[in-house]
Amino acid sequence: MAQILVWADHDGAVLKDATRNAVTAAAQLGAVHVLVAGSGVAGVAQAAAMISGVAKVLVADDAAYAHGLAENVAPLILGLMADHDAFVAPATTTGKNIAPRVAALLDVAQISEILSVEGPKRFTRPIYAGNAIATVESSDAKLVITVRGTAFAKAGDAGSAQIETIGTTGDRGQSSFIGAEVATSERPELTSARVVVSGGRALKDAPTFEQVLFPLADRLGAAVGASRAAVDAGYAPNDCQVGQTGKIVAPEVYIAVGISGAIQHLAGMKDSKIIVAINKDEEAPIFQIADIALVADLFEAVPALTASL
Amino acid sequence: MKIMVPVKRVLDYNVKPRVKADGSGVDLANAKMSLNPFDEIAVEEAVRLKEQGIASEVLVVSVGQAKAQDVLRTALAMGADRAILVQCDTEVEPLAIAKILQVIADDEAPGLILLGKQAIDDDSNQVGQMLAALLGRPQGTFASKLVVEGDHVLVTREVDGGLETLRLSLPAIVTTDLRLNEPRYASLPGIMKAKSKPLATKTPADYGVDVTPRLTTLKVSEPAVRGAGIRVADVAGLVVKLRELGVA
Ligand SMILES: Cc1cc2nc3c(=O)[nH]c(=O)nc-3n(C[C@H](O)[C@H](O)[C@H](O)COP(=O)(O)OP(=O)(O)OC[C@H]3O[C@@H](n4cnc5c(N)ncnc54)[C@H](O)[C@@H]3O)c2cc1C
Repeated sequence: MAQILVWADHDGAVLKDATRNAVTAAAQLGAVHVLVAGSGVAGVAQAAAMISGVAKVLVADDAAYAHGLAENVAPLILGLMADHDAFVAPATTTGKNIAPRVAALLDVAQISEILSVEGPKRFTRPIYAGNAIATVESSDAKLVITVRGTAFAKAGDAGSAQIETIGTTGDRGQSSFIGAEVATSERPELTSARVVVSGGRALKDAPTFEQVLFPLADRLGAAVGASRAAVDAGYAPNDCQVGQTGKIVAPEVYIAVGISGAIQHLAGMKDSKIIVAINKDEEAPIFQIADIALVADLFEAVPALTASL
Repeated sequence: MKIMVPVKRVLDYNVKPRVKADGSGVDLANAKMSLNPFDEIAVEEAVRLKEQGIASEVLVVSVGQAKAQDVLRTALAMGADRAILVQCDTEVEPLAIAKILQVIADDEAPGLILLGKQAIDDDSNQVGQMLAALLGRPQGTFASKLVVEGDHVLVTREVDGGLETLRLSLPAIVTTDLRLNEPRYASLPGIMKAKSKPLATKTPADYGVDVTPRLTTLKVSEPAVRGAGIRVADVAGLVVKLRELGVA
């Protein structure tokens, strides 16, 4: 049976849900070993060991891995790939940063953001902002893959894998972590929320964006997203951007407020179960994919909606 | 310091891609093609570094068909100094592109290599990281800010949780995100000047790189289409629908 190495995405303390989607994809290829690389990550390793379908957790605990620096973790993964047939990472910013570095070191063509496993070396993946789906087959001896989270179910918590501590490869001394501005929010995480309320350029400025959208999001227990235009204009932070080049979401309900529906935005949310659009322009492209459309001025409609829920 | 900026010619972001009826790919015949938007941001950043006196020369490189000359000329018109076109009529995968760029980088010894984080056609998001690996140099991906400090560069990255800043030793590879800058439009004098800037044409064989694809594309198909929705007359109608769905 093939041995698959899965990158555990975490922030040093908490295992990210995207890891669970990657495990589900990896389990279709072989036995799943999860790599937890970081500093002080015993808790993350425990959480990874509980994921259903995981056979083994490998823990590399070293200050050099504290912030997932690609220069330091790629050699670690490269060493482990001697005993594995595939490296699978969630298509998070960490996974996207590391996987191609590993692929090049292995001399393997990476397959980015797979949507399905069609065979041992055959996958589907989106191209052109999801306007086309390619079925590709690899001819490489080993595979390097990133997994689009919304396309695979999250593996549950019924596992009890053994945890093995592995040796480390140290600090390459080429890069160091200086600091982070991490957005903190009481709201659910954007990519795993059941409901998402997103705002676009029409929201005018940051205070208006908050005043109009946050009460609705809080009433619905929703995460807040944004179009690129809203992020560029500073209404919302970069980690809220939904789209081809931002986050990919597929909640049960996506409410697009004052968003026109450019293909780059649709790429990030068109797999949502139900799409609700509020826009004053009845010709807005967002209405072509909306399940429920309301043509209205958002500054009247959204407060009224919030008040009646 | 020399800056190298690899760029790609892609279907313009305003054009809706159409899948060919025979499932062999996306129809690009007569479609408007442009410089990949993320690469445009990379060119802009390099030109600004030159204007600030931090960079001495901006070299742009494209691997692609003869027509990729157009996007190289665009980059030259924005202020790049010199271009190399590595001409190849077949599609070249990110790994082979990275190998070609590796040879060029070994030859040209740039202090900084700036690339777009992804090409908006194949959405691979790979070349920068692969090139960094092959050169054994550090990488700063998805950059929204870049500050050169002596023999280091500070790169602020757009990550899932917000922003993070890394310090990389030069030479380094940096890939651009949308917020790094707003690219300029090429001026008319810039366009005129670009016509006489040097553009060398090479082939992958000149660099000893085998570009045989590792992946076979078996089929390209349309994504599932969403069924038509309903229009509600007012907020009250929307509330009824949301209640039916169990959202409210
Ligand atoms: C390389 C590249 C990558 C990109 N990546 C992304 C991405 O990942 N995500 C993304 O979202 N975009 C992305 N874009 C940008 C995309 O092309 C669009 O420019 C952007 O999505 C538009 O944002 P918007 O819908 O908020 O703004 P607009 O297109 O300006 O739409 C605003 C909408 O608000 C409506 N409106 C105005 N006032 C009101 C009102 N009072 N009440 C109700 N409705 C109102 C208008 O009718 C309009 O439809 C990318 C572009 C490029 C070139």
